[in-house]
Amino acid sequence: MKYKNRILIDRVAQHTFKLTGYLVLALLGGIFGMLLYNAISFFLEVKPLDFLTGREWNPTAATPTYGILPLIVSTTIVAFGAMVIAIPLGIGTAAYISEYASPKVKNILKPLIEMLAAIPSVVIGFLGIVLVGPKIAELTDLPNGLNALNGSLLLAIMALPTIITISEDAIHAIPKTYREGSYALGANKWETLIKITIPAAAPGIIAAVMLGLGRAIGETMTVLMATGNAALFPQDFFDSVKTITATIAIEMGEVPYQTTHYFALFAIAIVLFFMTLIANLVGEYFINRFRKYHAA
Amino acid sequence: MTNNLYTKDLNIWFGSKHVLKGIDIEFPEKKVTALIGPSGCGKSTLLRSFNRMHDLVPDARIEGMVSIDGQNIYQKGISVTDIRKRIGMVFQKANPFPKSIQENIAYGLKLNNLDASPAVIQKALEEVYLWDEVKDDLKKPATRLSGGQQQRLCIARAVALRPDVILMDEPCSALDPISTLKIEELIHQLKDQYTIVIVTHNMQQAQRVADKTIFMYLGEVKEEGATIDIFNNPQHEITKNYINGHFG
Ligand SMILES: Nc1ncnc2c1ncn2[C@@H]1O[C@H](COP(=O)(O)OP(=O)(O)OP(=O)(O)O)[C@@H](O)[C@H]1O
Ligand SMILES: [Mg+2]
Repeated sequence: MKYKNRILIDRVAQHTFKLTGYLVLALLGGIFGMLLYNAISFFLEVKPLDFLTGREWNPTAATPTYGILPLIVSTTIVAFGAMVIAIPLGIGTAAYISEYASPKVKNILKPLIEMLAAIPSVVIGFLGIVLVGPKIAELTDLPNGLNALNGSLLLAIMALPTIITISEDAIHAIPKTYREGSYALGANKWETLIKITIPAAAPGIIAAVMLGLGRAIGETMTVLMATGNAALFPQDFFDSVKTITATIAIEMGEVPYQTTHYFALFAIAIVLFFMTLIANLVGEYFINRFRKYHAA
Repeated sequence: MTNNLYTKDLNIWFGSKHVLKGIDIEFPEKKVTALIGPSGCGKSTLLRSFNRMHDLVPDARIEGMVSIDGQNIYQKGISVTDIRKRIGMVFQKANPFPKSIQENIAYGLKLNNLDASPAVIQKALEEVYLWDEVKDDLKKPATRLSGGQQQRLCIARAVALRPDVILMDEPCSALDPISTLKIEELIHQLKDQYTIVIVTHNMQQAQRVADKTIFMYLGEVKEEGATIDIFNNPQHEITKNYINGHFG
């Protein structure tokens, strides 16, 4: 009797979790389908080529323009700037925690970094307005500091926990035998870290960076608050930018239902969807490579 | 005074555990010395004290002296990396770096500001009889080599630095009989130029390769002498039991 019960529970659990698994798949497909369906209505009115190569986004003008390029460039430079800051800091911190920190420091740092990930993005955006923005304005003599640089700084902070945590796991997972082999040849700690441990952990570190990048590209509230949202084609980091995410968030609330403008927001959402998807897929690919490499 | 590697009243603790107790031994120059003894008796610990590998273990405590060329390697102010250059190590499990064959050899050379030209790399690989097997694949990952080839690469990597001493901790324990034989032949060749210390659990191997044998038991040296004497005429009952496989 007991045995039968156990089998029954096993079956129920198996099917329940199978169901949730498929539900996730269905959700993903459903969301993409919904985006696509609405975007098609947009492409019936605006040529895809004009959309993709247009240098102006101004849907509320007398003759509306729907060029996505400034939005893509905005999203890209903010995310790129964030990575320029977060990659060296993140990998450096991960290496420090894994190789140099005493167990005591490690036990303090690791939970703190995980807590950083728990700060709501609206709070970080707030910091951008009251703290980072004025500081940038002061240092650069600009009227305000709401620009790409501000967004990059904040997104770097938000991407750091992901990059640090996953990189640290990757570095930590490198077998001790590699390090010992290096020390035995007369290498010091730094040489071993730079020439042996980090290259060996590279797939895991790349995965960390890609997942961090995915986060930076998809982040909305922070960039919306901190980057000024000027609908101009950005030239450099001191220009105000309007990212894809911020555009959708701002305009979705004001746009009349089922107009070209409304459908256009779905079209740019699809572009965003693919950008984050690619970052995440590349990340996943390297995580798998890293696992394979260490199983061998 | 001697230029050989020797220890004087060497004691090692891990935390409160006294692992090596008053070790006084000497390793004859350009000879092979085997360290034998039951598992856990401290062979690896002793071997790793010779290139200061315990520096990496926070709760290890070392007293006494390990000397080479009349210099105590635990003396304050001495360069650890220099010691490790002079005392090479080969590990139980072959541990080539996840780099190409060529880079595996070049790595140690470059670290120590030595010539890492193709000719030097070729010479190192020839010395371990690996050159003919890998000469067309120098840019391939070292991890694709067979276990025995990997272990010879690791020996080549150590030999390339022209150390005085080569330490080997059960270098054949993960290898098949053919690869094992190759490594043993290699040890025979290398002892013309290097002092070799090898830890082994294989009694036949100790007799095949070693000039001197040291039997350790519970952190102490129980018996030492010429390999022939240790195996044919052991002085202690416990040594006799161990080498005849009647242990425990
Ligand atoms: N890093 C360490 N921390 C604490 N104890 C250790 C450490 N390394 C070794 N020991 C202990 O020291 C003792 C000797 O270990 P060692 O590895 O030297 O034995 P061994 O003779 O090489 O054994 P085997 O033949 O199994 O390799 C063991 O009791 C082991 O548990
Ligand atoms: Mg051992």
